[in-house]
Amino acid sequence: MSESEEHGVVLAAHDVTKIYRMGDVDVHALRGVTVGLRRGELMVLLGPSGSGKSTLLNIMGGLDVPTEGRVMYMGRDITAASDRELTQFRRDHVGFVFQFYNLIPSLTARENVALVTEIADKPLDPRDALELVSLADRMDHFPSQLSGGEQQRVAIARAVAKQPDILLCDEPTGALDFKTGIKVLEVIDEVNRTLGTTTAIITHHAPLASMADRVVSLADGRVHQDQSNDTKIAPRELSW
Amino acid sequence: MNLLDRKLFRDLMRLKGQAFTIALVVGVGVASYITLRTAWRALGQSRAVYYENYRFADVFAPLKRAPNSVADRVADVPGVSNVYPRITKQILLPMEGLLTPARGELISLPTHGRAPLNDVLLKAGRLPEPGRGREVLVYEPFAEAHGLTPGETLPAILNGKRQDLMVVGLALSPEFVFAVDPGTIVVDDRRFGPLWMAEDGVAAAFQMEGAFNNLVLRLEPGANEDAVLNAVDGILKPHGGLGAVTREHQMSHLMLTGELQQIEMLVVFLPVVFLAVAAFLLNVVFSRLVTLQRSQIAIIKALGYRNRTIALHYLKMVCIIVSIGSVFGLALGAWMGNAMLDLYAQFFRLPMIRSRVDLPVSINAILASFIAAVLGVAIALRQAVELPPAEAMRPPSPARYHASVIERVPLIGRVAQTTMMVFREVWRRPVRTFLSSLGIAFAVGVVILGRFGEDAMQPIIEMEFGKKLREDITVSFADAVDDGSLSYIGSLPGVKQVEGLRQTPVRMRVGPRWRDTILIGIPGNSQLRRLYDVKAQPAHLPHTGVLVTSILAEVLGAEPGDLIEVELKEGDRSIRQLRVTGTVEESFGIQGYMQKHELHRILREGSASNAALLRVDSKHEVELHSRLTDIPSVQSIARKRTVLDKFEEQTRRTMKVVTLILTLFATAIAVAVVYNNARVSLSVRSRDLATLRVMGFTRGEISSILLGEQAVQVLLGIPVGMVFGNFGARALAEGQADPEQFRLPLMISQQTYAFAILVILVSAVLSALLVRRRSDSLDLVGVLKTRE
Ligand SMILES: Nc1ncnc2c1ncn2[C@@H]1O[C@H](COP(=O)(O)OP(=O)(O)OP(=O)(O)O)[C@@H](O)[C@H]1O
Ligand SMILES: [Mg+2]
Repeated sequence: MSESEEHGVVLAAHDVTKIYRMGDVDVHALRGVTVGLRRGELMVLLGPSGSGKSTLLNIMGGLDVPTEGRVMYMGRDITAASDRELTQFRRDHVGFVFQFYNLIPSLTARENVALVTEIADKPLDPRDALELVSLADRMDHFPSQLSGGEQQRVAIARAVAKQPDILLCDEPTGALDFKTGIKVLEVIDEVNRTLGTTTAIITHHAPLASMADRVVSLADGRVHQDQSNDTKIAPRELSW
Repeated sequence: MNLLDRKLFRDLMRLKGQAFTIALVVGVGVASYITLRTAWRALGQSRAVYYENYRFADVFAPLKRAPNSVADRVADVPGVSNVYPRITKQILLPMEGLLTPARGELISLPTHGRAPLNDVLLKAGRLPEPGRGREVLVYEPFAEAHGLTPGETLPAILNGKRQDLMVVGLALSPEFVFAVDPGTIVVDDRRFGPLWMAEDGVAAAFQMEGAFNNLVLRLEPGANEDAVLNAVDGILKPHGGLGAVTREHQMSHLMLTGELQQIEMLVVFLPVVFLAVAAFLLNVVFSRLVTLQRSQIAIIKALGYRNRTIALHYLKMVCIIVSIGSVFGLALGAWMGNAMLDLYAQFFRLPMIRSRVDLPVSINAILASFIAAVLGVAIALRQAVELPPAEAMRPPSPARYHASVIERVPLIGRVAQTTMMVFREVWRRPVRTFLSSLGIAFAVGVVILGRFGEDAMQPIIEMEFGKKLREDITVSFADAVDDGSLSYIGSLPGVKQVEGLRQTPVRMRVGPRWRDTILIGIPGNSQLRRLYDVKAQPAHLPHTGVLVTSILAEVLGAEPGDLIEVELKEGDRSIRQLRVTGTVEESFGIQGYMQKHELHRILREGSASNAALLRVDSKHEVELHSRLTDIPSVQSIARKRTVLDKFEEQTRRTMKVVTLILTLFATAIAVAVVYNNARVSLSVRSRDLATLRVMGFTRGEISSILLGEQAVQVLLGIPVGMVFGNFGARALAEGQADPEQFRLPLMISQQTYAFAILVILVSAVLSALLVRRRSDSLDLVGVLKTRE
């Protein structure tokens, strides 16, 4: 742990195990994962489908609790936190972007963003957040009036609008075509660079690794690889 | 506006049809509670205040005649706080425009001051003054029915002498909240009404100076009623006491109490049904809503909103629906409460204290609906809110289906796939299917309750007026008359047949149980009075012994073959042992029948009659009535046809209102149940249905799958509802004012069942059509694109 702090680790999983009980079968989603997110870095989490990426991210983001192991945020153990404390943790520190956007269909783009800024400490103006994803002109549209890529950008605006310390993205481009996917990644990359937001992106698309500071790959619930990337490139230079 | 509230508002707009129908059911529940409570309170309070202010007596003791000093002895009975001896007499009032004379009950008022008990409420004019024997107060409704005002004269026959009375005032009395004509059991303000005259006038007209024939008393709080009644009976016995009774046997009080009891029963039953249905519907709709918004809930939680905030968000939605329903219910309740009191005012003659809808009642009603609503959605909300956000983000696993038992029945197993889908859906949610059917069943039951009263009246009318009473006119006499008088009546123009009846007051006793009642002697070969047994077969009068009504047999615990003790209250007042030879089935009253000559033998008298039954030729009726009116001993003349018409009119009028209201209520339930279920099921299955449409199924086929499920629920609910209706009707029938005086037969006609089924089916079909419009316009692409 002391080692992690030295390297400026903000959010870390220590030996995390997650077992889902499905009737009489146990599904071992995570089998002892240790991984740390360092301040300001952009991490890409790779791995085949079912390897436990989402599970890990959800646990680190306080959406779920591990079966065993610990989760530390800024040196504080949040493993045993109550539901209430986890809620507070998410509210204060974490921004989420999901594969299926998960916008509230009955709220407009701006309102979806405002949903977060209303309860945040030092939020961006929802309009500015939407400006960041180049959607200021669509802000009064409902999700059903936006394309998938636009919805995902709104979701990113919503995640960054509260200026979170950590941005967790679960396959943000999973449902998008190449060009749109790149656009979304550019936004995330820009937020990471300009706001210095510590960011983790899940993907099972290996080429994405090139835009990361660090690449962690999972396989079968274990960390398969964890290495820094010294030749980071901009998203628009990615080849699919 | 807070953003979650904005979401709430928009969600609510999408759900407006469902929200509206549920609000309607809540509203009806609230309204029925408020209406009934308002009526109950107003009636109860008005009665209490009226009784207190006008000193309504606790005990009523009629007798033949006693000197005033006897009253003082009664006053000394421990437990008696106050006695008031008076004179009451039945008189005839040959009113213009009436074929048969109306009947009056003439009651004496103290010569000076107010009546110490059963005082009159003067509505117009003044009290009669002593020394002016012609001055009377007239019962206000009677005066209104005849357009009488103070200063006018009223024709009367006092003690056989025609005399014009002078109306000096109009009055009401706590004794006559209902002015029930003792001879006919109906309230008919044109034909019966009490009159009050100064005591000296009554005494002079009836040779009752220094005497009384009616004693009313008030008891001290906590007095032993039975002991007082026994003591009073003992004192009055030598003076022809007919048995003292408490208020509970006073006709007006009895009917008022009966009404209050019925309201009391409904005040629990109706609102509970409606709120239970509302809670169930909220449960169905919100379970679905929460499932639909699972991932929204998850994302809102992921964004850092607290469980409580989210739970509150949905509760707010519930509360808005309930609030709309409550406001509607308050308004409807206030209006209906008033309407009900208006209706009461036509029947209940008492100064009604009309409170505005009172706050505690309204608060209770609204509170109850909120509690019901919250209970309805609690489980769904709890599950949704407590789901870890990561879990909620995953789409719910596909619903599990099983082959239903029905499919295993060989033949049914081969039905079309679409029919199969219907059965599986019904089978998959047995609880919901059950509760929906239960809701429909309630609705059916409520319609039946609304109509059964009318049904129950039908056999009474057929039995009493059609089969038992075969005369056209009943003439009763103040004192028994001999056969000469009967043959005189028989010789009057238009009289085709005449039969005499002998009735005598008795106390019947079996062991410790006793009742004051009457024994009726019927000529052995009577054509005009028929008795029937339980199986509606003619019952034959035994040569000796008595037939008693089945109610009386039940009350006394007497079986055919048992001996009962009969204490005569006329003649030598001896006690006889008579054998019960059988029972007769009657709707009204408790009485015994025997051979007329047998009754004469017991009474040790020659042939005598207190009533004459007449069959007449209607051509001569006008003349006949005036001739009858001129007979001095005649106390009343009743035309069966008139009584029957009044009876029917009276029951129909109240029942129509009740039927209408309860039918509307039931419709609200049926519509809400079917509409909400169909909407939810459309929402749950829109993806399946759209897929089917893409595969080439027609709109009709799609909606038959969707609505088939509703049809199954409705069809299951209907027979259960018929059973409910039956139970409810039984409860209502048994809650009757006085089960000893009047028994409502439990009888529900096929028309009522058919009507109930029709009402529910029409409501169901209309609601289904509304939903079908939606399923027809299913957005195929949209539905398939969205992720569950
Ligand atoms: N709620 C759950 N109940 C049961 N099993 C689960 C649950 N959530 C995840 N799993 C299982 O845990 C394992 C890891 O799932 P996870 O969603 O973390 O994988 P993933 O790497 O994100 O896959 P993908 O790339 O397909 O999104 C899988 O085998 C999955 O079936
Ligand atoms: Mg995943």
